[in-house]
Amino acid sequence: MKAARFDYVRPGDVGEALAALAKAEGAKILAGGQSLGPMLNLRLARPALLVDISRLEALQQMEDAGRTWRIGAGVTHARLEDARGRLSGSEMLCEVAAAIAYRSVRNRGTIGGSLAHADPAADWPLALAALGASVNIRGPTPRNLPVAHFIQGAFTTTLAANEVIESIDVPKLSRAGRYGFYKFCRKTGEFAEASAAAVFDPESGVASIFLGALRGTPQPLTSLAQQVAKRGDLAASTEAVSHALAQSVSDLDAVEQSMAAAAVTRALMQVFAS
Amino acid sequence: MTQGIGARIQRKEDARHLHGRGNFVSDMILPGQSEVAFFRSPIAHGRIRRIVKPTGTENQVFIRADLGDVAAIVAPTTVPGYKLSEWHPLAQEKVRFVGEAIAMCVAPTRAEAEDLSEQIDVEFDELPVLVDAQAARMESTVRVHEQWKDNVFLTLNYESGFEAKAKGAPVVIRREIALARQAMVPMEGKAVLAHWDDRSDQLVVYASTQVPHIIRVGLAQFLGIDQGRVRVISPDVGGGFGYKCILQPEELCVAWLALKFQRPFRYVEDRREHLVVGANSRQHQYRLTAHADERGRLLALDAEITIDGGAYSAWPFTVALEPGQATGNLPGPYDFRGYRCRTQCVATNKPGFLPYRGVARTGVCFAMELVIDAIARAVGREPWEVRHDNLVSAADMPYDNVARKHYDSGDYRKALSLAREKIGLEAWRERQRRGERDGRLIGVGFASYCEQTAHGTSVFSGWGLPIIPGYDQATVRVTPDGGLEVRAGVHSHGQGMETTLAQIAHEVMGIDIANIRVVLGDTGSTPYSTGTYASRSIVMAGGAVANACKVLIPRFLAIGAHLMQAAVATMKYENGQIIGPRKSISLRDVAEAWYLRPQELPPDVDLGGLEATVGFRPKRDTGAFSYASHAAVVAVDTKVGAVEILDYVIVEDCGTLVNPMVVEGQTLGGAAQGIGTALYEESPFDPNGQPLASTFADYLLPGPTEIPAIRIHHVETPSPYTEFGIKGMGEGGAIAPPAVIFNAVNDALRALGVELTDTPLTPRRLLEAIDRAKPSTEPRMETA
Repeated sequence: MKAARFDYVRPGDVGEALAALAKAEGAKILAGGQSLGPMLNLRLARPALLVDISRLEALQQMEDAGRTWRIGAGVTHARLEDARGRLSGSEMLCEVAAAIAYRSVRNRGTIGGSLAHADPAADWPLALAALGASVNIRGPTPRNLPVAHFIQGAFTTTLAANEVIESIDVPKLSRAGRYGFYKFCRKTGEFAEASAAAVFDPESGVASIFLGALRGTPQPLTSLAQQVAKRGDLAASTEAVSHALAQSVSDLDAVEQSMAAAAVTRALMQVFAS
Repeated sequence: MTQGIGARIQRKEDARHLHGRGNFVSDMILPGQSEVAFFRSPIAHGRIRRIVKPTGTENQVFIRADLGDVAAIVAPTTVPGYKLSEWHPLAQEKVRFVGEAIAMCVAPTRAEAEDLSEQIDVEFDELPVLVDAQAARMESTVRVHEQWKDNVFLTLNYESGFEAKAKGAPVVIRREIALARQAMVPMEGKAVLAHWDDRSDQLVVYASTQVPHIIRVGLAQFLGIDQGRVRVISPDVGGGFGYKCILQPEELCVAWLALKFQRPFRYVEDRREHLVVGANSRQHQYRLTAHADERGRLLALDAEITIDGGAYSAWPFTVALEPGQATGNLPGPYDFRGYRCRTQCVATNKPGFLPYRGVARTGVCFAMELVIDAIARAVGREPWEVRHDNLVSAADMPYDNVARKHYDSGDYRKALSLAREKIGLEAWRERQRRGERDGRLIGVGFASYCEQTAHGTSVFSGWGLPIIPGYDQATVRVTPDGGLEVRAGVHSHGQGMETTLAQIAHEVMGIDIANIRVVLGDTGSTPYSTGTYASRSIVMAGGAVANACKVLIPRFLAIGAHLMQAAVATMKYENGQIIGPRKSISLRDVAEAWYLRPQELPPDVDLGGLEATVGFRPKRDTGAFSYASHAAVVAVDTKVGAVEILDYVIVEDCGTLVNPMVVEGQTLGGAAQGIGTALYEESPFDPNGQPLASTFADYLLPGPTEIPAIRIHHVETPSPYTEFGIKGMGEGGAIAPPAVIFNAVNDALRALGVELTDTPLTPRRLLEAIDRAKPSTEPRMETA
C-alpha cells in the first residue's frame, strides 16, 4: 500500500500551477490530500505528476465581497470551522465544516478539494448547492458556474485537466434566513449514509432543499422547497416529504428512502426550530 | 503494601509508549535491510497454471519452488475425524482464498517491492468458489482440499442427558443466530524482521507475536533447522488478540530469506492486507432449540453450530480450537442438565479461521443470551430475572456443568443482580413507558458469561494440539544493588504485564517496583513458555514469578543470618529487609555479599545464589473461570436505523485483582471490540469470494466517540486453584457486548415485533427487520 512512482511540483502561484498542469500528461492537483492520499497509496490513482497547490497564498482567502463570501479553494475545513462568529450571513459554512469527518481530516482537507473530488456522500457539494454557491475556475478561460452545475455526477465535475478551482462564492443569508443541515453517519468521521440541506431566505427568495449521499449529484427537491417557503412547516409533513422524494429520486430502495426522508425531515425541523 | 497485589498503580510501560519511544518491528532498521512485499492471489479459488517473474528479478522475486525444502504448515490434532490442510508459505499448485501469498518480492523499499509485485503475471484455471459454509458443506464435487471426501474440517458431536431433560418441556424456543466474519484489526498488523547473526550462529527473528517460543519451535520445524540456531524476539507489539498466536506464513518466508541470503529482510503487513488476509474470525451460525419450563427455567438445549473455517488450519492451535470451544462453552454460566450439540467447521475459500479474543465465546454467548431473552419473552418475565434463575448459584460452586466444564468459584447471580442495580433497571423501564420526545425507542439488555482462563495441559492435551502448555516458568535474579530482574516467556502486547508481574514480585519480595525490571518476549533471555493467549499469562507467569521469588527468600535469610551472626531460624524477611533478633540488614547488603564480597558468605551457602528459575501450574488446570454480567441501555432511531448506547455497566469477577486499573483497561478495550462486533465490523465476501471490506472506508471500527463511558464494578472471588486466587481476564470484555446490545435493541423493538439475530447490527439490517415486521396492511418503509 505504497504509492506508485510520481513526480511532484509545488508551484509558487496559480499561474505556475496552471502551466504545470498544461505541460504534463497525467498531472493531478494535490490540495489537502485527504482523498487523493489514500487513492495514491492504494494505487487507484496513478498520476505522473502531483501539482501541490496546498500552500498557494492566493487560494487561502476568506473575503467579504458584499452579498457573498469569497472562500479560497485552499481554505481548510478547520479554518471554516474556526471562523465561527466571523462569517456573518454564512454561519452554515462553519456548522457544516465542524461536522466533516474529524479534526485531523479537517486540518488538511480543503473546500475546493472536496468540490473537485465530488464524492456523492461529501458535505460541501450538498451544502454549497443548497446555498446557491458558485465556483470560480482558473484555466485558459476563467469561468464561474453554480456548484449544482459544476458537479455532474459521482466523482465527476466540469473541471478540465488544465483548470484549477480558485474560490467559491457563497451568497450570504439575510437576518431572516434559515437553514438546516442533517446527516446520518454510522460513526463519527464516516461519510454520510443520508444527508440533506435546506436553506430559506424570505428576503432573497432563496428556497432550496437538497438531498445528498445519493449515487450521483445532490438532488434538489424543488417543489417541496417552494411549498415550504410558502406554507412553512405545514408543507413539510411526512407525506409531503415522501411524495417529494418519490417525485425527485427514483433509485432508492426502501431503506434508503427511510433514511433520506428522515434526513430531509430533520433538516427542515432545524429550519423551523431556528 | 501499595505496590503489591491489588494496587491501583500506573503502568511501568506507559512512559515509552506515550512518548512514542516504543520499539516495534516497524521502527527497526538494520544495515542493508531489504523490504518484502507479497504478491497475493486476486482470485478465491483456482489452479496456478503459470507464474511469470519479471525478467532479471531472480534474486528479488521468489515463489514456492524457490523455497525448496521449507515444509508446508500442517497443524495436526488428535481429535477424531479432523482433516489436515497443507498451508504452503507461498501457494503451491492452488490458491484457496483471495490474498493467499503466491510470491514474495524483495527491494530496498516497500514501494519498490510493490512495484515488482505489480509486474508478476500469474495464469490461473479458476475453480468454482465456496463462499458460504452451508453450501460448502453440501457441495458434492468442488473441494477446497482435493484429497478430502467433503469440505468439513471437523464435526463434533456432544450429548449429555438431552432426551430425558427435553421431554415434555412446556416452552420450546427455536432461533437461528449468526455472527459475521471479522478481522481482528490490532493497531499493529503482522510484522517480521529476520537476519543472520554470525557471532551467535543464529537466525534472529524479530516478530510481532504473542508466542515467541512457539514461533521458534515452528520456524525450526518448518525450515528444517536446529532450534538452537533460531532466536525469536518479540519486541513491542501493538496488540495481538489471537491474530499473532500462530506461526504466520510470512514469518516463515522472511526467515527463509534471511537464512538463504544472510542479510536482514523485513515484512510489515499493511491495512489492506490485514483486512483481506485477516478476515478470519467470529463467523458462526447457530440453530438452537431451547426447552424450558413455564417459569423459563432452562431444561435442555439442542444446538447445531456451523463455523466457517476458511481455507487453512493454522499452526499450532488449529482450526479445531474454535469448534471445540464453541461446543464446550455454549452452555455458558447456566445450570441445566440436558445438552446436545453438533458443531461443524467447514472449509471455504476465505482466510483460515483464527482464535480471536474470546475464542468462540463471543459467538456462544451471543447465541445463548439471545435465547435466554427469547425464553423470558415467551414466559412473560423480565429477562434479567429468568437469566438470574438459570445461572449457576454460588452454593453449587465448584460446579461441573453439562459440557464437563469445571467452574471453580464465583457468584454469578450476584454479578447479574449488581449489574441490574447499577444500570438502574426500574428507572429505565419507567422512562421506556413514558416514551422519548425524539421518538427513539429505549431498550435495556443484559448478558452474562463465564470464561475459562489459564486452562492448561489437561484441556489442551484433550485436543491433541502440536503444542500443549505445561508448567510456565519465570526467572528472577537479584541484581548486585538489590534490584530485581524478572524474566518470563510470555509476552505483553497491551496487557500491562511489565507492571503486573512486577507487582507480584513486589508482593513477595517487597522491592520497589521501580527497581524491578520485567523482561519478556525473547527466546534468548527468557525461560520457555507457550506464550500469551487464552487469558493465561497473569495466572501462569504470575504464579511462576511468585514461586521463583519465594525460593530466594530462604537464601536471603541464610546469607543475612551469617552476616549478622545470628541463627537462621531467628530471621525473617520483610519489605526488602532481613530482620534478625538484634538488627536488620537490607537485601542490598545480601546482594553485595553474594556478588561483590563472596568472602563474607557462609561456607554452606546455597549455590543457586540470588537467582532462580521456577515453574508453576495451578492446583487444578481445568481453568480459573472469570465471569461477568453486562447491562446496556440503547436508544434506537427507527427512521435511520441508528443505535446509541446510553449507558453500559460491567460487573466482573476475575478473582484476586492484581491491578484494578489494568483490569479496567483490558475490560474497556475488550468491550470496545465487542461493540465493534455488535454494531460495526463485518468482512463480507461477494459470490466470487472477493472481500468487500478491504479498507477502513468499508470496514467500520468503533472509535472513541462510539464507545460509551462504560462503568465497571468489580467482584472478587479468588480462585481456589491459582496463586493468590488470580484468574485470567484478557478476553472477557469482548465476549458479552454483542449479546447485551442485541438484547437491549430487541427490548426496544419488542412492541414492533422485531427481533434481530445477526451481527453486526447495521442500520440497513435494522430498518429491513422493522420493515419485515410491519403488518401487511401498513405501508412499508415510507417516511421519517
